[in-house]
Amino acid sequence: MNVIGTRTTSALLYLDGVHVSFDGFHAINNLSLTLEPGEMRAIIGPNGAGKTTMMDIITGKTKPDEGVVLFDGVTDLTRLDETRIAELGIGRKFQKPTVFESQTIEDNLLLALNVDHSVKGTLFWRGSKPDAERIERVLETIRLKDSRTKLAGSLSHGQKQWLEIGMLLAQDPKLLLVDEPVAGMTDVETHQTAELLKEINKDKTIMVVEHDMTFVRELGVKVTCLHEGTVLAEGSIDQVSTNDRVVEVYLGR
Amino acid sequence: MTPHVLTRSLDRSATVFLLIVAGLGVLIPLSNLLLPSGSMFQVPTYLVALFGKYVCYAILALSIDLIWGYCGILSLGHGAFFALGGYAMGMYLMRQIGSRGVYGNPILPDFMVFLNYPSLPWYWYGFDMFWFAALMVLVVPGLLAFCFGWLAFRSRVTGVYLSIITQAMTYALLLAFFRNDFGFGGNNGLTDFKDILGFNVQADGTRAALFILSCLALIIAFLICRAVVTSKLGKVLIAIRDAESRTRFLGYRVESYKLFVFTLSACMAGVAGALYVPQVGIINPGEFAPGNSIEAVIWVAVGGRGTLIGAALGAIVVNYAKTVFTSGPLAPYWLFMLGALFILVTLLLPKGIIGTFNAWYEPWSAKRLMAESPAREDGVNEPNPAE
Amino acid sequence: MSPPSFYFRRGRIVPANVFDRLRALVLSAFLIAAFAVPALAGPFEDAVAKFANDEFSDTDEAVGLVASSGNALAFPIISALQDGRLSADPESKKVFVTGADGKIIDAATGAAVASLPAGASAVRLNNRLRRTVEAALGSLTLLSPDPAKRIAAAQQVFKSHDEAALPVIDGALAKETNKAAKSAFAEARAAILLYKADATDAEKLESIAIIKARGDQEALVLLTGLGSDASPPVAQAASSAISAIQSNLALWSMVQNAWYGLSLGSVLLLAAIGLAITFGVMGVINMAHGEMVMIGAYTTFVVQEVIRTRYPELFDYSLLMAVPLAFLVAGALGVLIERSIIRFLYGRPLETLLATWGLSLVLQQAVRTAFGPTNREVGNPSWMSGAFELGQITITYNRLWILCFTLAVFAILLAMLRYTALGLEMRAVTQNRRMAASMGIATSRVDALTFGLGSGIAGIAGVALSQIDNVSPNLGQSYIIDSFMVVVFGGVGNLWGTLVGAFTLGIANKFLEPVAGAVLGKIAILVLIILFIQKRPRGLFALKGRAIEA
Repeated sequence: MNVIGTRTTSALLYLDGVHVSFDGFHAINNLSLTLEPGEMRAIIGPNGAGKTTMMDIITGKTKPDEGVVLFDGVTDLTRLDETRIAELGIGRKFQKPTVFESQTIEDNLLLALNVDHSVKGTLFWRGSKPDAERIERVLETIRLKDSRTKLAGSLSHGQKQWLEIGMLLAQDPKLLLVDEPVAGMTDVETHQTAELLKEINKDKTIMVVEHDMTFVRELGVKVTCLHEGTVLAEGSIDQVSTNDRVVEVYLGR
Repeated sequence: MTPHVLTRSLDRSATVFLLIVAGLGVLIPLSNLLLPSGSMFQVPTYLVALFGKYVCYAILALSIDLIWGYCGILSLGHGAFFALGGYAMGMYLMRQIGSRGVYGNPILPDFMVFLNYPSLPWYWYGFDMFWFAALMVLVVPGLLAFCFGWLAFRSRVTGVYLSIITQAMTYALLLAFFRNDFGFGGNNGLTDFKDILGFNVQADGTRAALFILSCLALIIAFLICRAVVTSKLGKVLIAIRDAESRTRFLGYRVESYKLFVFTLSACMAGVAGALYVPQVGIINPGEFAPGNSIEAVIWVAVGGRGTLIGAALGAIVVNYAKTVFTSGPLAPYWLFMLGALFILVTLLLPKGIIGTFNAWYEPWSAKRLMAESPAREDGVNEPNPAE
Repeated sequence: MSPPSFYFRRGRIVPANVFDRLRALVLSAFLIAAFAVPALAGPFEDAVAKFANDEFSDTDEAVGLVASSGNALAFPIISALQDGRLSADPESKKVFVTGADGKIIDAATGAAVASLPAGASAVRLNNRLRRTVEAALGSLTLLSPDPAKRIAAAQQVFKSHDEAALPVIDGALAKETNKAAKSAFAEARAAILLYKADATDAEKLESIAIIKARGDQEALVLLTGLGSDASPPVAQAASSAISAIQSNLALWSMVQNAWYGLSLGSVLLLAAIGLAITFGVMGVINMAHGEMVMIGAYTTFVVQEVIRTRYPELFDYSLLMAVPLAFLVAGALGVLIERSIIRFLYGRPLETLLATWGLSLVLQQAVRTAFGPTNREVGNPSWMSGAFELGQITITYNRLWILCFTLAVFAILLAMLRYTALGLEMRAVTQNRRMAASMGIATSRVDALTFGLGSGIAGIAGVALSQIDNVSPNLGQSYIIDSFMVVVFGGVGNLWGTLVGAFTLGIANKFLEPVAGAVLGKIAILVLIILFIQKRPRGLFALKGRAIEA
């Protein structure tokens, strides 16, 4: 069973002693991390630190060789597939923005809506007023209201990032995993994105992976630095960025 | 938001297409039956049968387009579902021969007498009843597709891997049906049919009726496909085609969706096969040849995948060309033509006839509409699944 | 080589046929006999005359008398009887032998005769007589100067266990110096003694031991035919020998299946190696791969045609010449295909599949137009024809060579990928195209060469397959699905996986065949692969990790 009897942690997301290796390469090495409900956490770390692999584990794309991954204190995520995990309320934005390019922005959001996802449900789906209103609100939030009928493939890189965040909103998950949301954005857009995430964080738990330190600083949240698949340092951005080991890892010796 | 199923399924081009099919479905049989033979406008019976064959191919093409064009599943084994439907119908027709066979056995078809079958194999039971055979036309291909798809999609076999194992599937069936002890007539297949529902299969009237039925089946298949692809499920299918794992992360059970369309499509192919057999008068294991399935895929590519109309059009255009070529002095060159068609369409016309036409026509018509009626600001949005 | 070896039919894997050899002997013995003056008169002539009575019993008697006469004409007469070339005139009681060359002699005297008398007709045989004749011929050739013929004759006696041959066998055994012939005689003697009514139990037990040591199907037949009238110790020894031979034969049939499996595996591997490069390494799905194999086979045909008409003495080297040529022809065609079609379709595997299928249709039809739709004859050079026995199984040279050849091609390819500059570049481009490009590797050149290499290897495969398969425009089609199965089963992008996959499938197929039959065995394999792909969608030796998900 995927539900563990008694709740042992208050954390929304709880990783302990997780290991993953690909053909002898240890991508994740004894990784332990907890995320409290309502928290926003920034994850930094050099390339190959295991950030994306960690997200793959949480969302069920990759199965860990060993270790505990609990959601909401009771659900063992390592035994579930991507669909189940998404249904539980974990949403993910990819490093490379992945939207349905041949469909309109509106349809992208419609697909993301947290409604009946069964074959029968979608085959006989008729739109409802609350659904339409939710899409409307999200369109407003991500500022794509005017181009709602445009194909998603025609959007700029930054707009696609926003659309993907919008899809996360429409999905209405408990936990948002956001992988590099500001890559390829202008400074203004970066600032707006930070504001948007802060706004979302008011009622959602968020984990953000980002390289952009200005952005991380602007978020002003607890930072975890990963290196070689394990937690190197944790704390405020100032603490982490002055940590000797972190400096060593980033700048080399 | 989503309008009623009929209004959303029937956009202008779909309506035009259906009217043309319906029109031909009425006019061709009428001209064949009512006009005196030899008249300029009389369609000879052999042509009615030939057109009927094209229509069956069009249904097969629709079924392939539904999974390939909309869900990205390239099946190289759809000929197997077509042939299974055909065999189910063929078995019914064999049983209808009764004691009129060469050996005069009232129960056993000729080939079974010839091969010394002591009695009718159990899987031939019930095929003397039309309703049972008609049910099997849907059930057998559907069940095979369901089992095959359940295994394949659950373990996430996608892309070319799936294509290759579907090809292996039809190849395995080809080998099996070639065997005499498999109980389906081996090499020669099933043929020498006499009656269908009491009507002589060779008679003009029966042929005309079969043609009408084929057109009707095409119309129904087209409507089902339209209803599916214009529903929210259709959007999910396209999402799966374009970004499968993204769709999964949104909480869709991708394998269920694939299984649904794959099975639906196999049933449609089965119906096409069942209508095909009485019109051509034979079904043999050659229908399982991998080459047949892949040829059906190229019809869809020629017409334009993800357009439905294009698939049907492609099937008819390519098969018409095949008839013209293979019956004339150019026969030795047909395979060159077909091969070149595969290469040129994928290289130069990846959207096919309809897709290319749409790409050229839509911006032009949108511009014209914009100029005429400035009220419609963001242009007409015709969601184009072909893109 | 002498011209007739050209026409050694493909697939003739029958072990040396006794009767073929006998016929050759008849011819030579006949020529000698034609000049020999018959020295003996009386009993021999009387015996020969019995053939003219047209009674089976008399013919039987005559065969025995003639065979034991020691006359030089005995062999030609009896072999003529066997072949229906012995005719008799009932009126004059004269008997004639018509030679294989059409010359006629008087059987009693050996004198040449111009033509057969009008009333002469062939001496008839029935099945029982045929066995007598075979046995008689056997004992006659037991004393042949050629050891191979002596052995063949001894084998014949072993099967017939004709008591009449015992004195000859005993005499021959005493004189025999050839080791193989000696053991053949000993086995023949054992067979006779086993069935001899008045042989002692000790002799019979010794015979059983010798027959058991021989341990083949014929020994089994001999022992099981013994019947129930044997004495208890003999019957017991026979039954234990039977079970020993049976388990021995079962073991050998396993070995035989394993060998067939290895042989099929090598064919599969050969056909799939090229695909492992184009599909496994480059990710290009080439449905025209089988046609590259076919083109290699046709290159062999053309090479042999040229040699046949211009330089027949070079025939044995034809395959050695065909290999590099087939590589070049198929490889060049591969480069051409890559440059003109495939490069526009990178990243669109399904379209590539369709375009290359179309290409395969064009290539097939082109070859059909150029060479005709029927099978073309490709000969086996002398070193690839024939077979040898290994224990209880027969191994044909062509299969053995193909296995060695396949492994050599595999090793060379592996070494090439590992140690040459092109191999390094190929691996670099496969792993990270953009990185490779920025390192100054001409990626498009590498693509073309890689595809050319895969196609060239397919061409080489065609040379080898021309030796065991029909060379027709459809040659390639029969390999394409199998090749893909091998690559997919073994794991894409892993040459070792292809090796293991090919041999696993080959052996599994051959072990299933006796159980399920050839077609059902093949179907079972396809179904098993489909099920296997469910379990391990990326094959036996799958690469893991993030990179492959892209």
